[in-house]
Amino acid sequence: MVSFSAVVKRYPGGQEALREVSFSIEAGELVFLTGRSGAGKSTLLKLIPAIERPSSGSVIVNGQNVGALKRAAIPYLRRNLGLVFQDQKLLYDRSVYDNVMLPLSFSTHAPREAARRARAALDKVGLLAREKANPVQLSGGEQQRLAIARAVVNRPAVLVADEPTANLDAESAARVLDIFVAFNQVGVTVLLATHDQGLVERYGKRVLNLKDGRLA
Amino acid sequence: MTAWLRQHRQAFGAALRRLARAAGLLSALVIGVALALPAGSYALLESLRGLSARLTLEPQISVFLPLEAKRGDADALGARLRADSRVGAVRFVSREEALKELKQVQGISEVVAAIGRNPLPDAFVVSARVEAVEALAADLGRLPGVAHVQADAAWARRLAALERIGRVGLGLLAGLLGAALVAVTFNTIRLQILTQREEIEVSKLIGATDAFIRRPFYYFGLLQGLTGGVFALAIVAGALALLNREVQPLAASYASAFHFAFPAPGDALAIVLFAAALGWLGAQLSVSRHLRDIEPA
Repeated sequence: MVSFSAVVKRYPGGQEALREVSFSIEAGELVFLTGRSGAGKSTLLKLIPAIERPSSGSVIVNGQNVGALKRAAIPYLRRNLGLVFQDQKLLYDRSVYDNVMLPLSFSTHAPREAARRARAALDKVGLLAREKANPVQLSGGEQQRLAIARAVVNRPAVLVADEPTANLDAESAARVLDIFVAFNQVGVTVLLATHDQGLVERYGKRVLNLKDGRLA
Repeated sequence: MTAWLRQHRQAFGAALRRLARAAGLLSALVIGVALALPAGSYALLESLRGLSARLTLEPQISVFLPLEAKRGDADALGARLRADSRVGAVRFVSREEALKELKQVQGISEVVAAIGRNPLPDAFVVSARVEAVEALAADLGRLPGVAHVQADAAWARRLAALERIGRVGLGLLAGLLGAALVAVTFNTIRLQILTQREEIEVSKLIGATDAFIRRPFYYFGLLQGLTGGVFALAIVAGALALLNREVQPLAASYASAFHFAFPAPGDALAIVLFAAALGWLGAQLSVSRHLRDIEPA
C-alpha cells in the first residue's frame, strides 16, 4: 500500500532529514512510526501526500510513484488519503459539520449522500451531537476526533496521522487511538507517528523507529 | 456533469455572498464611479456628435453676386455652377427672398425698414463635400460676376478636430480607469486570498484541485466588475437626468429638442460586459500571482 525505497530527503541548506529509508506497509496494516522530535517522522509522513518530494529514492502509494506525480494529479492522490495533522488544521469560521463537509464539497457526491457521509463520520468519532458547534468550543481531544472525521469522510484506503495524541491527556489520547484501531479493523491501512513509546507497546503492532533520519 | 454544475453553482453562490458584504459592494461602487467617467463622457460625446452631424452634414458655400447684378448675370452664373462636377445642390436665393427671410427674424425687420432699401445681393447656396469645400470656394471666388464667397468649412473642420480630441481623451480616460478597475479587483482578491489563507491551505491538503480553489475568485472578479458596470450606468443615468433638466429649457429656446441621451442598449450592455471582463482579468492576475504562494508545508 505504501512503500519507500532508499528515500533521501535533503532540505535546502544541505540538512538531511531522511537517509536511505526503505520500508513497506501492506494493505490493512496498522504501523506506528516512532522517534524523538527531529528524527524525521513529520518529513516521512509529508512525502506520502506529496506535501514534500523525495530528493532521491521512490515513494509508492497505492501503486503510484508519488515523487514523480504531476502537480495537477496531486489533489486526486490526496483524496484517497486521510490526513490527520498534529495541529488539526480545522477551520474555525464554520461549524463542526461544515468542517467535515469540506472534503466532500470538491468530490462528486450528491448533496444528500454527502450529508449522510458527513454525519456517519461524525458518528464514528462520537461528535454527532456537536455538529452545530464551532470547533473552538471543542476540547483538545474532541478537536482531534473532528480532524479524524474529516480525514475519513471520503473513505480513504490509507490514514496517515502525525502525532494525533501529542497534546492530549492520557484518557483522550487512548480514545483517539481506539478510533484509529477501529478503522484499521475494518480494513483501513494506518500509519501513525507518535513519540509516546508507552502507547505503542500497549497495542503490540509493528513499529518503525526513526533515529536521525534512518530506520533503526 | 451534474456534479460539475453543482460545483460551479456553489462557487458562484460563494462569490455572490462575498460580494454582498459591505466591502464587496464598496469595491463595486469604486469601480462604478471610475467607470462612470468614461461611460458618461461617451454618452455626452455621442449626443454632441449627433448634434454636430446635423449641423455639418452638408457644408455649404454661399456665393454672393454684386448688388448691382442683373437677373441675367445670375442665370449665367447659375448655369456655370450647375456645370461644375464638384458642386452638389444649387439653390438660388434672390435678394427679395433673402430680405423676406431676414424680416422674419425678430428685431431685424425694424432695422431693415430703417435702411429703406434692400441691402442684400442675389446669392447662390451650393453644397459640396467637406474635403472639396476649400478649393471649390477659392475657384468660385475667381468666377466673373461673383462679389464674395463664404464657406463654412473652417468651423466644420474645427468641430471635427474637437470631436477627435474628445475621442482621444475618452480613449485615454477609458484606458486609465479600465486599468484602475483591474487594479481594484486585483487588490480585493489579494485581500480575500489572505483572509482565506487557512481555508485554501487546508483545501489543498485534503485534495481540492487548483480549479476548485480559483473558481470562486474568478466569479467574484466577474460579478464585481459586472456590478461596477451597472453602478456606472446608474450614475450616468442620474447625472444625465440632472444635466438634461438644465439643458432642455436652453435647447427649447433654440427651438431644439436636444438632450443628452443615455447610451444605446447595445452600448450600455457593452460597458457592463467590458467591466465584467476586466474584473475577470483582475481576478485571473491576482489568483495566479497569489495562490501559488499558498502551499501546505
